[in-house]
Amino acid sequence: MITATGITGSPALNTMVFAAFVVITLFVVYRVSNRNSSTTDYYAAGSAFTGSQNGIAITGDYLSAASFLGIAGAIAVHGYDGFLYSIGFLVAWLVALLLVAELVRNTGRFTMGDVLAYRMRQRPVRAAAATSTLVISLFYMLAQMAGAGGLVALLLGVHDKGGQALVISGVGLIMILYVLVGGMKGTTWVQIIKAAMLVLCVVLMTVFLLGKFGFSISSLLDEAAHNSAKGERLLEPGGQYGKTPIGKLDFISLSLALILGAAALPHVLMRFYTVPNAREARRSVVWAVFAMSVFYAATLVIGYGASALVGSERILASTGRENSAAPLLAFEIGGTVLLGVVAAVAFATILAVVAGLTITASASFAHDVYANIFRPGRTDSAQEVRVARRTAVIIGGLSIIGGILANGQNVAFLVALAFAFAASANLSTLLYSLFWKRFNTSGTLWAMYGGLSCCLVLVLFSPLVSGAPSSMVHGVDFHLFPLTNPGIISIPFSFLCGYLGTVLSKTDRADPAKQAEMEVRSLTGIGA
Amino acid sequence: MTDVAPLPTAIQTGAPAFGGIDRIPPEHPENARPDFIRIHGSAEFGELRHRFRAFVVPVSALFFVWYLTYVLLTVYARGLMGIKVIGSINVGLVLGLLQFASTIAITIAYQRYARRRIDPQVRLIRARSGIADK
Repeated sequence: MITATGITGSPALNTMVFAAFVVITLFVVYRVSNRNSSTTDYYAAGSAFTGSQNGIAITGDYLSAASFLGIAGAIAVHGYDGFLYSIGFLVAWLVALLLVAELVRNTGRFTMGDVLAYRMRQRPVRAAAATSTLVISLFYMLAQMAGAGGLVALLLGVHDKGGQALVISGVGLIMILYVLVGGMKGTTWVQIIKAAMLVLCVVLMTVFLLGKFGFSISSLLDEAAHNSAKGERLLEPGGQYGKTPIGKLDFISLSLALILGAAALPHVLMRFYTVPNAREARRSVVWAVFAMSVFYAATLVIGYGASALVGSERILASTGRENSAAPLLAFEIGGTVLLGVVAAVAFATILAVVAGLTITASASFAHDVYANIFRPGRTDSAQEVRVARRTAVIIGGLSIIGGILANGQNVAFLVALAFAFAASANLSTLLYSLFWKRFNTSGTLWAMYGGLSCCLVLVLFSPLVSGAPSSMVHGVDFHLFPLTNPGIISIPFSFLCGYLGTVLSKTDRADPAKQAEMEVRSLTGIGA
Repeated sequence: MTDVAPLPTAIQTGAPAFGGIDRIPPEHPENARPDFIRIHGSAEFGELRHRFRAFVVPVSALFFVWYLTYVLLTVYARGLMGIKVIGSINVGLVLGLLQFASTIAITIAYQRYARRRIDPQVRLIRARSGIADK
C-alpha cells in the first residue's frame, strides 16, 4: 500500500523477508562457529578467509544503510551532488590498496593498536589507539542505529516511538547474538551474505531500469530531469552543496575526509587480519573495489531512476523523505515483493555493519586495553576472549540505548564525522609509523589526540551543534567555525602534530632496530 | 652466571642432556627470531623497498591530485561540468565515471605490478632468510 504519509508496502511481507534473513544468517553463524575460545579465532576467524571472501565481506562491512538509501535518495532529490559521495567512497579504496592493506596485515595481528604500538611505547600508544577506535565505532554505530528507527517507520509501518524502540532493541539483540555466537567468523559470513544480497538487489534494479529506458542512459537522464522539481539542474553539480563560498569549502572538506578516512576506519582495518597473508589482503581490496564499483554505479542509475519513475515531489512527501527513494522505486518496479526484499536488505545492512563495529570495538578494548595495558603478560587467550565477549555485550547495549535516544534526530552527519575522525587520527599515525623512520611515541600521541580533539572542538563550535536551523541545540548560538565537516583543518593539523611531536621530543628517540624490524615485517611479512 | 655458561653450548652442538632428553628443542629456522637488521641492510630488501615505493608513491600522488581536481571542478567550474557531450550526458557525468574507470584501472595495474615485481622479491627475501612462504 502506498499511503499519503509514506510507503509501507506490506509490513507483514517486509517482516517475513527480514525474518528469513535473520534465521538464515543465525543458522550459518551457528554452523560455522567453532567454540571461538582463542583470540585468533574470535578476532580474526583464524585468518582463514580467502581474499575473495574477505573482499565481499569488506563490501558488506563498508556499505552502510547510509550509502544505500542515503546516496540513492540524494541523487534522486539533489541530483549530481549525491553522485559525489559514491565517487569519494569508492576512490578511498585506493588508499587502502596502495598504502594500508598489505602493510597493516603484515605488521599487526588483531587491531590497529598492534600496528601503531609496534615500535613505540606500548601502553600510551595502545591507549590512544583504543580511544580512537572506540570513539569512531560509537559515532558510526549511533548513526546506524538511529537510522534503524527511521527505517522501521518507513518499512514496517511502526510509527510510535515505543514500538520503534522495541524494534531497535530487537535489531541490537540479534546483532549481539551474531557477535557472541559467531565471533569474527560468524560476523564475516553475515557480511558476505548481506553484501551478496545488497549487490544483487541493486544490480537487478539497475538492469530493469536500464531496460525500461531501452538501455539508453541519456533517455533515463532526460526523464529524471523532466520529473524533478530541479529540471535540467538535476544533472549538474551544485544542487545540494555550494550555494555559498562556505558551502563549497565544506564540500571540499567532506571530500577529503571521505577519501582519507575510509582506509583508516578501525572496522575496515580489522578485516585485513581475517586473511592469512598480505597477498590475500591485497586480493581482498581488489575484490572489494570491483564489488563496490558495481554497487556505486548502480546507485547512480537507481537514484536517477527514482527521480524518473517516482519523481522528487512524491519522494519528499513521504515519511522517510530522501531515504525512501530506493524503497519507493522498488515498489514502483517490483511491487510489494521487491519492496519487501529492499526493506530486508536495508535492515540486514544495518545489522551487519553494527555487528562489524561491535566486534572491532570489543576487540580493541580487550586486546589493547585489557590484555596489553591492564594485565600485560598476565592474561591468556581464553581470558582475553571472555573480556571481549563481555565488552561486546556492553557495547551492544550502549548502541541500543544510543539508537533509541537518537531516534528521530538528524545524526546522519555522524558517519561523515567518523570518516573525519579516522582520517585525522588514524591515517596520519598509520602512515607516519609505516613510512617515517624518525616517528616516535610522542609523535604518535600528538597526532592521535591532536587530530581527535581538533575534530571534536571544531564540531562542537560548528553549525551542526548550534546556530543553524538544523542544529542539535536550539536557542543558543555559540558556533564559531563555519564548516560542518572539520576534515580540511583537522587532517593537516593531525599530520602537523605528528611532525612537531616527533621533532620536538628530545628524549624520545625512535628505536632504529625496531624500525628496521617493522619495515622488514611490513613489506615481507617475515615474523608475522 | 659462569657455572651455567656451558649449557647452551651443549644444546647447540646437539649433545643430549639429561639422558637424551633435550630440555630445549633443537633450533629450527622457523623458531629462530629472524635477523631483521641483516635483512633490512641487504641489497634484496633495498630493491623490494625501491620497487614498492616506485609504484605506490607516484600513483598515490596521481590519484589524489586527479580526485582533488575533479572535486574542485565540480565545485568551482559548474559551467564546464554542465556542458552536454552525448544526449543528456554531460562533462560532469563523464568525469565522474572516469573516476570509476581510473580507480579500477589503478587497482588492476597495481595487482599486476605486485604479482610481477613485488611478490617474487618477497619470496626471494623469505627464502634467503630461511622462512617458509605462507
